[in-house]
Amino acid sequence: MDPVSTASLEVSGLAFAYPDGHQALFGVDFTIGRGERVALLGPNGAGKTTLVLHLNGILTGGAGTVRVAGLEVGRRNMAEIRRRVGIVFQDPDDQLFMPTVREDVAFGPAAAGLKGAELEARVDRALERVGMAEFKDRPPHHLSFGQRRRVAVATVLAMEPEILVLDEPSSNLDPASRRELADILRSLDVTVLMVTHDLPYALELCPRALVLSDGVIAADGPTGDLLADDGLMRAHRLELPYGFDPRSVPAPPGRG
Amino acid sequence: MGAGHSHRLYRHGHSPVHALPPHTKLAAVLAFVIVVVSTPREAMWAFGAYAVLLAAVAYAARVPAGFLLKRLLIEVPFVAFAVLLPFVAEGERVDVLGLSLSVNGLWGAWNVLAKGTLGVAASVLLAATTELRELLHGLQRLRLPPLLVQIASFMVRYGDVITDEMRRMRIARESRGFEARGTRHWGVLAKSAGALFIRSYERGERVHLAMVSRGYTGVVPVIDEVAASRAQWSYALALPCAALVVCLLGWTL
Amino acid sequence: MHAPDGFIDVPVSAAAGVLAAGAIAVSLRGARRELDDTARPGASGGAERTAPLAGLVAAFIFAVQMLNFPVAAGTSGHLLGGALAAILVGPYTGVLCVSVVLMLQSVLFADGGLTALGVNITTMAITTTVVAYALFRGLVKVLPRSRRSVTAASFVAALVSVPASAVVFTLLYTVGGTTDVSIGKVATAMVGVHVLIGLGEAAITALTVGAVIAVRPDLVHGARGLGQKLKLRVNGELVDAPETAEPVPAAARSPRKVWIAGLVTSLVLAGFVSFYASANPDGLEKVAADHGIDKQAEEHAVADSPLADYGVKDVDDARLSGGLAGVIGVGVTVVAGTGVFWAVRRRRAADERAEDTSPAGTSV
Repeated sequence: MDPVSTASLEVSGLAFAYPDGHQALFGVDFTIGRGERVALLGPNGAGKTTLVLHLNGILTGGAGTVRVAGLEVGRRNMAEIRRRVGIVFQDPDDQLFMPTVREDVAFGPAAAGLKGAELEARVDRALERVGMAEFKDRPPHHLSFGQRRRVAVATVLAMEPEILVLDEPSSNLDPASRRELADILRSLDVTVLMVTHDLPYALELCPRALVLSDGVIAADGPTGDLLADDGLMRAHRLELPYGFDPRSVPAPPGRG
Repeated sequence: MGAGHSHRLYRHGHSPVHALPPHTKLAAVLAFVIVVVSTPREAMWAFGAYAVLLAAVAYAARVPAGFLLKRLLIEVPFVAFAVLLPFVAEGERVDVLGLSLSVNGLWGAWNVLAKGTLGVAASVLLAATTELRELLHGLQRLRLPPLLVQIASFMVRYGDVITDEMRRMRIARESRGFEARGTRHWGVLAKSAGALFIRSYERGERVHLAMVSRGYTGVVPVIDEVAASRAQWSYALALPCAALVVCLLGWTL
Repeated sequence: MHAPDGFIDVPVSAAAGVLAAGAIAVSLRGARRELDDTARPGASGGAERTAPLAGLVAAFIFAVQMLNFPVAAGTSGHLLGGALAAILVGPYTGVLCVSVVLMLQSVLFADGGLTALGVNITTMAITTTVVAYALFRGLVKVLPRSRRSVTAASFVAALVSVPASAVVFTLLYTVGGTTDVSIGKVATAMVGVHVLIGLGEAAITALTVGAVIAVRPDLVHGARGLGQKLKLRVNGELVDAPETAEPVPAAARSPRKVWIAGLVTSLVLAGFVSFYASANPDGLEKVAADHGIDKQAEEHAVADSPLADYGVKDVDDARLSGGLAGVIGVGVTVVAGTGVFWAVRRRRAADERAEDTSPAGTSV
């Protein structure tokens, strides 16, 4: 088989305009290999959310193609695509819509047809991976924000996705929850695409980064190099926190 | 506010009543209330018997009497109505302590009070011994349209989230020195209500996206199949059956 | 106004229950279409949007019923929400949302008897939404196209919906009440008090709809026709009739049935209101009105509860409330008449399902 087609995610020539005429994507091309952790950086309004909604076929109808592990996103394979692409949305309250943590984590696999002990095992495994096993029977409303975010990750992990897409995973987290989530993400053996404004977090977790600006990929390379390129950063309205120097941070540990 | 906690009536416990499957309890309460409502109001002793039956259930469920009685306050408006009935109803009148009261109205007041109170008490017992999501499962088991159960379960899930948003908006208003004191402040409050609607609707859209992303196609998979054994059914239905005996006696005696 | 068990006798409660079940069944189908209308193009169909959207709107109605609107001297009222739901999300979804709220209030809070659930849904979910929506659509079509008209139409729709609900309750009480009270008294008391409550409801509903329309006009289901003018011209389909044009084809088909059904209901209701408003037995209004006031005043004892009933105090003029009821009755008749005129002027819809959608009408 062609090595490219076994990449986790391949996006080529993706363009999309909303029905009101506003065009958000102008030909996006990139490929993410299996097991990579990649950050998708970009200013507000760059089209990040639009791109994410294309990855599992919620938005379709523009030009170009998206392939997930070789499978083209389209109406025919929608169920399979949505199982393979796990999106963790920004507000965990939107994602956790069932009355208890357990039912919520079970929702995806159950919708895919899993039942009984197998389903139960899948739920337990996903919750263990995010360290939330003891909260199984709690209503999501009673958890802290950081805990809810972790459960949201578990709901997606339970579907055993090919690629995990996180929309602003570090937003609204206190430093401890932030680190806990980073540890969890590092421990996972799935492909990760992380959409974020949090540049230190991207540097900490993702060896590679993409910059999406004005609906196209403006840069693609090692995260440390991109963040150290002042001209590039300025051109795309990306700013590092005060006092943060990407050159002084050790490169993130690669995958063993 | 903050009382929006949807399950504040629930009392955690491990009594035999708590352990019954939710749909058997729902069916039992519904049947019981129907029997109570069908009882002729002249059979006053029958209502006493119903109260004893409920008290027995409350005892088995270890629901304290004070809790039950406090919740009956919800009836207060109708108590007021009932008190007025003897004065305004038609028909033959009797003199009680110098007041001219309608006999029919007295019966009517008794009827509303007795049946209403028993109905509320039965519902309170149900809500006190059954968790919210279990109730939803029970409704689903009783063949309510799945879409309706889904709507109800979303309402339950997000009732607290939206009530919280409303509370935060109130705090934001008050932090800026605004306090609603009269009708002229309704505009500001209504703007909050409007904003709340927009937020709720947009959240609904986002929830939908999140569901679709996890393979939702219009059917929420049944994860917990609640089933009831014959013994559990007979246990639950003991209440309405006993009530039915009382009711039949009430009609014949 | 949540009726408890034993208030209405068994046969009428059962009939109302059947009616409510039918209306909910029809609404479940109708709501899919309503919520589909706003579906984002490119998104995958609208049927599955119903549950999350209707659920969130129900949660909103539930929450907004706890928002206290101060009236005067420490008293406050809150929204009932039927009219608001109908205008914001459409009649089918409105019926569903309010019914779900009532159902859960009954099961979870023992607020409203289980056997009275059908009665409560008929009066508070179906009547309010159908009457409010019919009036609202009628007025929006008659009035000039502007946001102010939408606000005004919301006001009238909400104002009438509350006493209409009281009238339907009175009707049910007439047929199945467990006490022999003069219907004139019940009607006067119920309608009188509810006209006042309706005024509060109307003000809040109109202001809220106005607030939504200022920010997201596209979310106001009842006002969809307003933003469509431009689009119609671009498409070039209905160029000749931009003013009376249907908002969008998908939305137009469904409300028409509801509309006609609602008009029939309104007419019947109007007849009853005017009749009882004019047939007040002399000297009895006072007692009846007192009864109403006492009831409302008592409700404030439990006003801390989020589910405490809407209450407005200071109704001491029985004649005034009776008179207002008359005005409302006439108003309903006039508006409904105008609506019929408009309905007849348009093509007659072949609507076998209109019967299903006019539960309050068939109950008469």
